[in-house]
Amino acid sequence: MSPFILLIIFAASTGLGYVIIKNVPSLLHTPLMSGMNALSGITILGAIAAVGLSVLSKNSNEILLGQIFGGLAIIAATVNVVGGFLVTHRMLKMFNKNKKGRNR
Amino acid sequence: MITSNIQIASYLLASILFILSLSGLSSQETAKRGVLFGIIGMTIAILATVFGENVQGYTYIIVAIIIASIIGVLVARKVEMTAMPQLIAILHSFVGLAAVLVGFGSFIDPEVAKLQGAEMIIHMVEVYIGIFIGAITFTGSVIAWGKLTGKISGKPFVFKGKDALNVVLFIATIVLGVLFIQNLGSPMAMNILYIMTAIAAFFGIMMVMAIGGADMPVVISMLNSLSGWTASAAGFMLGNDLLIVTGALVGSSGAILSIIMCEAMNRPFFSVILGGFGQEIKTGKKIEGTVKSTTHEIVAEMLTEAESVLIVPGYGMAVSKAQHPVHDMVEKLRAQGKKITFGIHPVAGRLPGHMNVLLAEANVPYDIVLEMDEVNPTIDQIDVVLVIGANDTVNPGALEDEDSPIYGMPVVEVWRAKQVIVMKRSMAVGYAGVENPLFYKDNTSLLYGDAKDSVDKINSNINR
Repeated sequence: MSPFILLIIFAASTGLGYVIIKNVPSLLHTPLMSGMNALSGITILGAIAAVGLSVLSKNSNEILLGQIFGGLAIIAATVNVVGGFLVTHRMLKMFNKNKKGRNR
Repeated sequence: MITSNIQIASYLLASILFILSLSGLSSQETAKRGVLFGIIGMTIAILATVFGENVQGYTYIIVAIIIASIIGVLVARKVEMTAMPQLIAILHSFVGLAAVLVGFGSFIDPEVAKLQGAEMIIHMVEVYIGIFIGAITFTGSVIAWGKLTGKISGKPFVFKGKDALNVVLFIATIVLGVLFIQNLGSPMAMNILYIMTAIAAFFGIMMVMAIGGADMPVVISMLNSLSGWTASAAGFMLGNDLLIVTGALVGSSGAILSIIMCEAMNRPFFSVILGGFGQEIKTGKKIEGTVKSTTHEIVAEMLTEAESVLIVPGYGMAVSKAQHPVHDMVEKLRAQGKKITFGIHPVAGRLPGHMNVLLAEANVPYDIVLEMDEVNPTIDQIDVVLVIGANDTVNPGALEDEDSPIYGMPVVEVWRAKQVIVMKRSMAVGYAGVENPLFYKDNTSLLYGDAKDSVDKINSNINR
């Protein structure tokens, strides 16, 4: 894709993020933040691509470097995704539990 | 192996799911659904990438993912709610680290070497910027983690000539960038990349070191935003639209959250985000006078006689894990027909919304947990205010003392109540390092000790 189209996509998503979050209640700030954190673990796609491509290389030095960089990046990003979503879920469960208590 | 058309479709689906996830997370009713959308989107995106064209070495990738998932699950299940700020800070650092690694990986990528002319230059500029932002996010988050865990002092660290040094380093980064592009293809380029990474890492350290403890919620939220921009930069680097979309979504919504925080503290957004650029260190007026201390028995008696009680929690409650005994106390007092409310300052604690999470964990019903703006107009009618481990967010100096570094920040105006009890470990200044005139007011008495111990003792006295 041309860099120009990518820039348009970038600008549109930036605007969208602004619109979505403008009115979030302060109660949800922490879960929202850990949820967003999990989403930024999307860098894992880059890490996978880096490892995947390095295998195709003919140069053994590059294969090794690519796998080390890529492998570490996959681990860092996955911890982020899995940890981020689970901890968000854990927090939201607490909020829901209390909601029932109030309606009783 | 799936075709690139399926991959494009999967990425499109994933980006829609991420948008739904984010908008779900921004409202209470839909928040859980938001997490689910996020998980589904992420799974689709990962599968579409792993089984996409040009990717080999499945075993290696899958083993790495499994190991990391186990770590992720263990961390998420074990972490205490009180340690949430640290966890989020360290997770941000992982995004930064991953982006730096992906940048280097992309730099040595043999496919990239086939690029020609302008395409090559654009790509390498993207690599350069991606690594730069990633390294700042990485070290900045590690320092934030250090400050939150108490491994590094919470006081702002600034030195003479810091601004000048930053400017010089920034110019050096740009000059290096030009050299980097000119030396592409020679081993020099890799060395330049290393030097630039070191400079960016240093930037990240200096930026967060310079920010005072009171601004910590903004820092976390800002790093959150930065981790989004990092992902977006990686997206440009790889020409991956899903990364660009997701990163920009997180980046801009994180920035909005930071601005909301700054408004709550009445601080200009840029003075915080620029890492205390040109900031002087002020500690406020020295205060003359004496402080009164009190005992658990007296506090229990005051609470028993009171009709309305306002509880203002701060980070001290989190540190001593006092939220559970606080809940017991609230239940007892409510059973006696008293009106109990909580007043939460927008930046109480070290993380936006942290107090709400802790109180929810302890089963405090959230219809009595109010925001600062809701409690401030009614404080004159409150009989007893119980300040549990909060300091800067109840500091009258913010309204009265122009020399105070937190002057102008809205605070919970607890001193207007009939009686104020401040639970505190010692007379030390708060996280922001500011004197608090509240302790010297006539209607204030201090109850020294660990918050959890103190509330437990008050509880046993209320029983009798």
